[in-house]
Amino acid sequence: MRWLTSFLTSSAGRKVLMSLTGLFLCSFLIAHMSGNLSLLLSDGGQAFNEYAKFMTTFPLIKVLSIGTYVVIILHIVQGILLALKNRNSRPDKYVSKASGKGSTWASRNMALLGIIILVFLIIHLKSFWYQVKFGHIPTVNYGGGEIKDLYTIVVTAFKNPLYVGFYLVSLAALAFHLVHGFQSAFQSLGIRHTKYTPIIKFAGYAFAILVPLGFAIQPLYILMFK
Amino acid sequence: MKLNLKIWRQKNSSSPGKMVDYKVDGIDKDMSFLEMIDVLNQQLIDGGEEPVAFDHDCREGICGMCSMYINGQPHGPWEKTTTCQLHMRAFNEGDTVYIEPWRAKSFPIIKDLVVDRTAFDRIQQAGGYISVNTGNAVDANSIPIEKELADQAMDAATCIGCGACVAACKNSSAMLFVSAKVSHLALLPQGQPERKDRVLNMMNKMDEEGFGACSNTEACEAACPKGISVFNIARVNREFISSSAFVKKKDS
Ligand code: HEM
Ligand code: FES
Repeated sequence: MRWLTSFLTSSAGRKVLMSLTGLFLCSFLIAHMSGNLSLLLSDGGQAFNEYAKFMTTFPLIKVLSIGTYVVIILHIVQGILLALKNRNSRPDKYVSKASGKGSTWASRNMALLGIIILVFLIIHLKSFWYQVKFGHIPTVNYGGGEIKDLYTIVVTAFKNPLYVGFYLVSLAALAFHLVHGFQSAFQSLGIRHTKYTPIIKFAGYAFAILVPLGFAIQPLYILMFK
Repeated sequence: MKLNLKIWRQKNSSSPGKMVDYKVDGIDKDMSFLEMIDVLNQQLIDGGEEPVAFDHDCREGICGMCSMYINGQPHGPWEKTTTCQLHMRAFNEGDTVYIEPWRAKSFPIIKDLVVDRTAFDRIQQAGGYISVNTGNAVDANSIPIEKELADQAMDAATCIGCGACVAACKNSSAMLFVSAKVSHLALLPQGQPERKDRVLNMMNKMDEEGFGACSNTEACEAACPKGISVFNIARVNREFISSSAFVKKKDS
């Protein structure tokens, strides 16, 4: 097993870990975003609350959610360690400003963007996940027994313009993280060819724009129309 | 042409350095950048000052010695150009020009603009070779090689090991250099026997020397005087992943 430890501690191996965890998180984003779309239904939150109940109780989803926690922690810890190692590789900085030619702003600021996402995650989990798990939140009954009324919590939060503003800033950070991250993950895995790399890059841009947009609709809708 | 220069002066590897202002006059637009420094150095020598130490050898763009970080870019503003091939017509009357050495933990400064790039030599020694029998030279073209592969290998082989990729990278990563050296041999039949060990040993050496990881910013490709493509970095990642997983070693 020595090969595995030396692979996972090498700089290229650590980037493989970043790319696999990053791509897994991309699939998580799609699932999360699709679920959130039920917030837009005009059913007083029934579909959303039932979806939330399903997500917190169905066994397979529970296993998957533990997997997601592990993956995101791996991504965050490895990302921060890599960023520190990379900083350390140039202890004395240049006096003149680097031109940055050939590179995008996002690609040079992945750690900064990641930390904004991390701050968002902490606040996001505190306002919803923590409330459902440990807080006292109202319940509703749609005929199948009492279930927690996460919908009301969400709507209350999204009526606060400051909270929504913070959401939008974080989603912008996510968009930039993905603009570079999505295609970069394939490069880290060695997947690159003149034939299909343009497709990967296009898919990456589409993903980086559509997914954060999909997350931005609900807070904006609730803020403006509820 | 008159120029205001700001140049990094550092006595030796253990003393601190600083940017020092100089003025040069009478610079012809057809001079090379190194000739401009020669003019400055003559001026310094005439004034009884220590000339600026800088590396150079071929002055024709093939040895990779002339490392200078000029106005925030390795080898200055021209694409696919070494400092010795950069000409003063790239600048205008009265411009301020910042000149610094490569900065990376793995390239310690020896003096002024001269850095120690032997980390590259040690990476190369770790695997950037093939084994050939001595004796008569073999016939050229005795092993058929597909044109496309030969072209790609030769493109990778144009790397002159100048270190501009490391200097341009925000992480001081040497991935473009290593990927060029690995690709050059991995693409050719002669490179096959050592193929798996080569990539593992060179990548390990790269990490050991303290270069950063690759964030795929691709600033290296834009800075490379030979235009080495980041496609090579994808290839070295591929080679590294498959060799890590499949190389046959008793103890691993
Ligand atoms: C849902 C959230 C996230 C997604 C979908 C995501 C996705 C990705 C992807 C696909 C990559 C590219 C990997 C590669 O270049 O091989 C990446 C890189 C990175 N991520 Fe994330 N990420 C997320 C959250 C975070 C967080 C919270 C951090 C915290 C610090 C972070 C830090 C980084 C860093 C530093 C890199 C760049 C690594 C490098 O190239 O050196 N990410 N991310
Ligand atoms: S002096 Fe040889 S490449 Fe510039």
